[in-house]
Amino acid sequence: MRAPGRVQDSSRSASQPPGRLPRLLPAGFGAGPVSLADHLARYGPAQPGAMTGPDRMALIEMALIEEVERSGLTGRGGAGFPTARKLAMVAAGHDPVVVANGTEGEPASAKDKILLARSPHLVLDGAVLAAGLVGARQAIIAVHHAVREIIDEAVAERRRARLDPIRIRVVTAADRFVAGEASAVVHWIERGIPTPTKAPPRLSECGLGGRPTLVQNVETLAHLAFIGRFGASWFRSAGTAAEPGTMLVTIVGAVRQPCVHEIAIGTPVGEILDMAGGASAPLQALLIGGYFGRWADAAAATAAPFSAAGLAPLGASVGAGLIAALPASACGLTETARVTRYLADQSAGQCGPCLFGLDAVAGEIQRLAEGRTSGLARLQRWLGQVNGRGGCSHPDGVVRLIGSALTVFADELDQHAQGWCRGSAKTPILPVPPRWQS
Amino acid sequence: MTPRLTLRVDPIACDGRAVCADILPELISLDDWGFPIIHAGAVPDHLRDEAREAIRICPKLALRLDRI
Repeated sequence: MRAPGRVQDSSRSASQPPGRLPRLLPAGFGAGPVSLADHLARYGPAQPGAMTGPDRMALIEMALIEEVERSGLTGRGGAGFPTARKLAMVAAGHDPVVVANGTEGEPASAKDKILLARSPHLVLDGAVLAAGLVGARQAIIAVHHAVREIIDEAVAERRRARLDPIRIRVVTAADRFVAGEASAVVHWIERGIPTPTKAPPRLSECGLGGRPTLVQNVETLAHLAFIGRFGASWFRSAGTAAEPGTMLVTIVGAVRQPCVHEIAIGTPVGEILDMAGGASAPLQALLIGGYFGRWADAAAATAAPFSAAGLAPLGASVGAGLIAALPASACGLTETARVTRYLADQSAGQCGPCLFGLDAVAGEIQRLAEGRTSGLARLQRWLGQVNGRGGCSHPDGVVRLIGSALTVFADELDQHAQGWCRGSAKTPILPVPPRWQS
Repeated sequence: MTPRLTLRVDPIACDGRAVCADILPELISLDDWGFPIIHAGAVPDHLRDEAREAIRICPKLALRLDRI
């Protein structure tokens, strides 16, 4: 059987897949967003061509979902759900809608903004392709306000070219941490309230306006656009057999050039730090995955492959692709306390254990950071009481972050109990919005 | 055979009135902020009536029985 991803019109033969990395953030286009003309000249049209009727369309869509399944693409927003399965669930429903999630509410992460700013048409291609695959007539692109104008212009370019068979609507995402959670994005678009809603029902069954809704991270959609053009085998030519493909990572903290890079999944963490110019100071720990990720000892983490399998021994996961490097001169408890206060304040305030529990937890970790360690047992009890008790996974993420901090910074904790702190660096490592910086 | 049922709380709906824990302390305890922690697993047959009473009396309609 022919690979359905290649069932395309002849104009596709002019297009070429990116031969090596980066795929999503192509070099050689100059600064600023890649224009529609450049995009199409380089990669060819995204839509399966030469359609002769609805039956053939349906056949190709089914085959393409299978191709996505073969590609092994998983969601790049943090949860890592298999994309093909989500597509199939939404496709099974009536009159679905596609939401491209470019909210990126995490203050340390920049990969979605960079992707949207550099390769807007790749994301839009992916959204349109996803809409075709599930039978949606509309795609809504929710983007961070920093890139709204770029996406508006890209959508206008496509409208002028009459490129897409569906309607594309752009909305500015809410600028807060929980706003990026899938049900919160839908809630925001529908009612202007950026808070998660309780599942079930699943969004894939009952989302925007009660319709089956496909919410996909914008990076996932960009990969999908390439799989639609160049097929699963090409996609799998990077990454590992179990975790194929590439992903965008944001590297911040004590590195010479904090930046966003595209890596083959499984690249050693140390090599990724080198892409950011290498460590700018001796490192003690890395925060991996995001603010809902885990701290890991720097030496152990540097040797690990950046993949689910490679990070599992550290208890960490790739999450949304963040790596934050903590120098030896900074206090991990102080860093964790500041981020915890921010995350606690970012609770949607809907669930008691999250609203009251995270506030209490943030206060206790702050006391630990200040050297008052008598509340450690109480903190452990609260972490147990908060975990898994929200409508979304916000409290669980905070529990994970603090749990890893108490392990990785155990020596620091002992020092604090005796009135010492290694923290001499005055500049915070993990970024939080201005209100939470002091 | 009667289906196995488990008690669940909708944490968004729940306001922490805690009347459920008074009715069914065997399966519901309260956290440090007064919100119900539901014990995992099936509701034993001899507590089914109490479970239904807890659901009925919840002022926020936040409890339900799910099949497992």
